[in-house]
Amino acid sequence: MKRIGIQTALARVLDLAYATLREIFDEAAYERFLLSHAMPPSKVAYAAFRQETEAAKARRPRCC
Amino acid sequence: MAKWMRIAIWLGIAALGAFALATIALRRGESINAMWLVLAAFCSYALAYRFYSRFIALKVLGLDPGRATPAERLDNGRDFIPTNKWVVFGHHFAAIAGPGPLVGPVLAAQFGYLPGTLWIIVGALLGGCVQDFVILACSVRRDGKSLTEMARQEIGKTGGFVAYLAVISIIVILLAAVAFVVVNALRSSPWGTFTIAMTIPIALLMGWYLRHVRPGKVLETSAIGFALTMLAIFGGQWVSQTPSWAAVFTLSGATLTVIIIVYGFAASALPVWLLLAPRDYLSTFVKLGTIGTLAAGIIAVRPQLHMPALTQFVDGNGPVFAGKIFPFAFITIACGAVSGFHALISSGTTPKMIQRETEARMVGYGAMLAESSVAVMAMIAACVLDPGVYFAISSPAGIVGAAPAAAAATISGWGYPVTADQMAALAHAVGETTLFNRTGGAPTFAVGMAQIFASSLGGQAVMAVWYHFAIMFEALFILTVLDAGTRVGRFMLQDALGHFWKPLGRTSWYPSILLTSAMVVSMWGYFLWEAVGDPLGGINSLWPLFGISNQLLATVALCVATTIIVKSGRARKMWVTLLPLLWLVTVTFTAAFQKVFDANPRLGFWAHANLLAGQVAANPVRGKELSKLIFNDRLDAIVTSALVVLVAVVVIESAVVWFRVLTGQVEARVHEAPFVESRYPPEQTEAA
Repeated sequence: MKRIGIQTALARVLDLAYATLREIFDEAAYERFLLSHAMPPSKVAYAAFRQETEAAKARRPRCC
Repeated sequence: MAKWMRIAIWLGIAALGAFALATIALRRGESINAMWLVLAAFCSYALAYRFYSRFIALKVLGLDPGRATPAERLDNGRDFIPTNKWVVFGHHFAAIAGPGPLVGPVLAAQFGYLPGTLWIIVGALLGGCVQDFVILACSVRRDGKSLTEMARQEIGKTGGFVAYLAVISIIVILLAAVAFVVVNALRSSPWGTFTIAMTIPIALLMGWYLRHVRPGKVLETSAIGFALTMLAIFGGQWVSQTPSWAAVFTLSGATLTVIIIVYGFAASALPVWLLLAPRDYLSTFVKLGTIGTLAAGIIAVRPQLHMPALTQFVDGNGPVFAGKIFPFAFITIACGAVSGFHALISSGTTPKMIQRETEARMVGYGAMLAESSVAVMAMIAACVLDPGVYFAISSPAGIVGAAPAAAAATISGWGYPVTADQMAALAHAVGETTLFNRTGGAPTFAVGMAQIFASSLGGQAVMAVWYHFAIMFEALFILTVLDAGTRVGRFMLQDALGHFWKPLGRTSWYPSILLTSAMVVSMWGYFLWEAVGDPLGGINSLWPLFGISNQLLATVALCVATTIIVKSGRARKMWVTLLPLLWLVTVTFTAAFQKVFDANPRLGFWAHANLLAGQVAANPVRGKELSKLIFNDRLDAIVTSALVVLVAVVVIESAVVWFRVLTGQVEARVHEAPFVESRYPPEQTEAA
């Protein structure tokens, strides 16, 4: 296994934590939406994204 | 690392875990440090994850890193997305973690810290984690199919139908139970009520900001929302100290119940994205932050536990809820040990994000370990309190008396000294008028958490702020569970009613939305209303009902899992899911039987109904009220019995399938998606 420095390891952990938060908070999903629809970020694009994802999100249960 | 060194490390972890478990199990008559619970839990988690989950992945499920997952094969950039395993882990954990692992252990602490802690650890390792992991892996192999679809395919049509009914029932009872926790946490608490009320304008502001100012910047918006919520907590203190405003926000249980029912209906029936989505983000933000802070607080403070290992209430006469240690300790703690509801998440969004089959182990088994650790923290928060204080907060007026002096005398008489002055001082310290009879678990947890936080950050001066922070975050994510659950229940009902009359199944047809929302809200609203008016505290009947239904759903999930293992030709390994299944059948069926038929009126629904029926003639003035209580008891008995019968049908149907496969009467054939080789290069794939 390749050895990595503490700084690199820490940076990777922080990157991963940030990526996780972006996924949980739908920022990554919005980015994918923009890519797939070839749209720049804007109010209109975000409204379209919300409309597309809302139906799926509404069916997701949240656990106890 | 050299092999001998790895062996030495694992032997060290095993020895440390065994020592910690022995310490918490064998110490009597002296308080122990909470770190023993933490050590026992984390050493057990490490061992179970390293060895048991690996065994399940390799030998029971035969996970194949070279097999393409639905996220890879069906990648559409929306539902099916190959995602980094740590990201999926975080996503899955955020979906499964809720108020359950906080409330259940707090209530079960009436038996002492030992039974609940052991069940949280052992139940999770051998039951809850196994269920979540196996169902997730099975769903991944079936293009992300839901639990009810898998039940229909692998067990039979009856199994699928019963699983559907079980899911609807548990949603209804779950929503009533968690709503009750909020009502009791906010009852007569202007500070708490104001803070929660303020989350509505805060969420609306977040929604506006997210739409018009910084579209898509959810993390930034949630951080702003969090800062405003913290300000609202301080505003709540001012409200509670200003008599005219305090009067406005001092609400009775009945008023809060009506408000929550209206909220649930509005959240389900109205297009209130502007409120709900930002509130959901805010709730998740606060949840993840608070769980992390609580873990850090416990490790920093390393508090002593004041609750004994075992209390005399293992005999079934506990004031918090009635029932002996077996089976009720195992029913009361569902979410931190085994939760059937998790099977819905494991067969929902998560399987559509898993990049490699082998990662189901870390996500399914690992996230449940994290949830179990939250339950251990809740147990610690309850047990750092003096037992007298714990029972004063958690016991209903119907058991200990409504007058402070009488309640304190009753509790002291049990051997847990507490005084009315001590409780008044504590209530003053947390900014409440009283802490007596605050059943439901949330206030008890909040006082414990505030004590831990106040010991390390700010001292007694900010205890009230920490208490209300805890109440705020519990209420906030319970309300999120409420609105999400009501909507999910509404969709399920619409799907079912659509079979009878097509327009009812159209999720965009407004009359159908209104009707089904009203039906779901009426169902959980009725149970909530009934619990709020219950002289025995409500939680006595509602929480066991919730625990039973949640674990009956786990029974259904484990039936599906065992059936798949048998049909996949690995019957010799079926004990992995069969043992927790047998345990859950024993526990839930015994608990259900006792809740329905036990002769003790505090425990048995029929006995309580009969007791009240005998009082009707002597109390003509209370005749109407007694008749309503009698009806409620009978309804609870019927609901419990119906759930048990339904799940018994699934167990029997599953056993018939196993028998036929094992005796060669039918061919062992599972309904997996066909094998497709993963396009990920071999060097990127991991061994299980």
